[in-house]
Amino acid sequence: MCDKCGCGATATLDQPAEKASGKPATVVREQFEVVRGILDGNQRQAKHNREHFDMHGIVVINLMSSPGSGKTSLLEATIPRLRGKLRLAVIEGDLETENDARRIRAQGVPAIQITTGTACHLDASLVHDALHALDLDSIDLLFIENIGNLVCPASFGLGQHRNVTLLSVTEGDDKPAKYPVMFRTSDLVLLSKMDLLPHVPEFEPRRAEDALASIGVHVPLLRISTRTPASLDPWLQWLDHTLAEVRSQQATATTPRLVHGHAHDHLSG
Amino acid sequence: MKFSRKSAANLMHELSVAQALLDQIEIVAQARGALDVPAATIRVGPLSGVEPSLLRRAFEVARLARPTTARTELTLEIGEIVVSCASCGRNGSASPGDLRCQHCASVRTSMRTGDELLLLRIEMDIPAAGAAEMAN
Repeated sequence: MCDKCGCGATATLDQPAEKASGKPATVVREQFEVVRGILDGNQRQAKHNREHFDMHGIVVINLMSSPGSGKTSLLEATIPRLRGKLRLAVIEGDLETENDARRIRAQGVPAIQITTGTACHLDASLVHDALHALDLDSIDLLFIENIGNLVCPASFGLGQHRNVTLLSVTEGDDKPAKYPVMFRTSDLVLLSKMDLLPHVPEFEPRRAEDALASIGVHVPLLRISTRTPASLDPWLQWLDHTLAEVRSQQATATTPRLVHGHAHDHLSG
Repeated sequence: MKFSRKSAANLMHELSVAQALLDQIEIVAQARGALDVPAATIRVGPLSGVEPSLLRRAFEVARLARPTTARTELTLEIGEIVVSCASCGRNGSASPGDLRCQHCASVRTSMRTGDELLLLRIEMDIPAAGAAEMAN
């Protein structure tokens, strides 16, 4: 079961209730206006992850899509292009198997596999656990490959700097209208498997663009195919640009740096 | 009200949210020393990614595992999607799959409300020294 969800919240439950030893004779029924985000526990943990990333100067990209849209293939095609320029690492989320992490490790890049069993998304505390298995001082760019799912991952921030959503041409071009929550979180949309487009006449890239605009998404949409290395150039340029952008923010950030030895009691503050 | 069916994997999503909601209720309840939480009210925006009926079902299962919330009745308010338009400057309602301005059809809109997932209020039973006096 998904006992990890509501993550980080366990650490905030450390205000023990001062319950009376016996059942009190009198009880007051009280209406209490709260107004707090239901997913604040995850948001707090995500913010904490972000502090880890920024402290170590790591830029983090969260890759999301339906199952089979080509997230792992994109990483496999991207890694050789960045070899020698950036130190990479990957966190892989899947319901089962280590297969994706193996594919990344085969390219000489450290990969941590998170298997969630039946849970439909990665959350901030799962990612935090995975961070402990990585040498954060030797990473420039960290990809988090989220679980293939266009619904849940959108609601659970991980501390990433950017969200990238893949939409393959073998899916419908109306996917953005069907899954607006996911596509609205995107900083970049990649139209993947463009090499298959001639075989899928019902997919019109133009309609995908219109569907994105209709849900208020005005981010770049890049057409890629991992079979055509040149088609990845704009994606690599976007990565370059993003890296520069995030790093300059990290350099000028005035947020207090974390000082701790991973006891994590600071989450309660 | 639309009827929608989700896959088993996606049902997990509402269960995750229900657990997070119970965590939030517990934080408040414990801080106030509450013995029982008879009621809680939340607001679910149409673009929050949560299906209200599934969240209710998930909540009714998940609450049982926790003593203070085992009997909590959940009230769901459904939020409204409101977008403001950068082209004509007006606010208006919109639907989840189409956030264009209802007045001028511009796509240059930003969402004011509609993706919220909020715990609004909690009813708690709190032992209090002054309870007897207050009641009289």
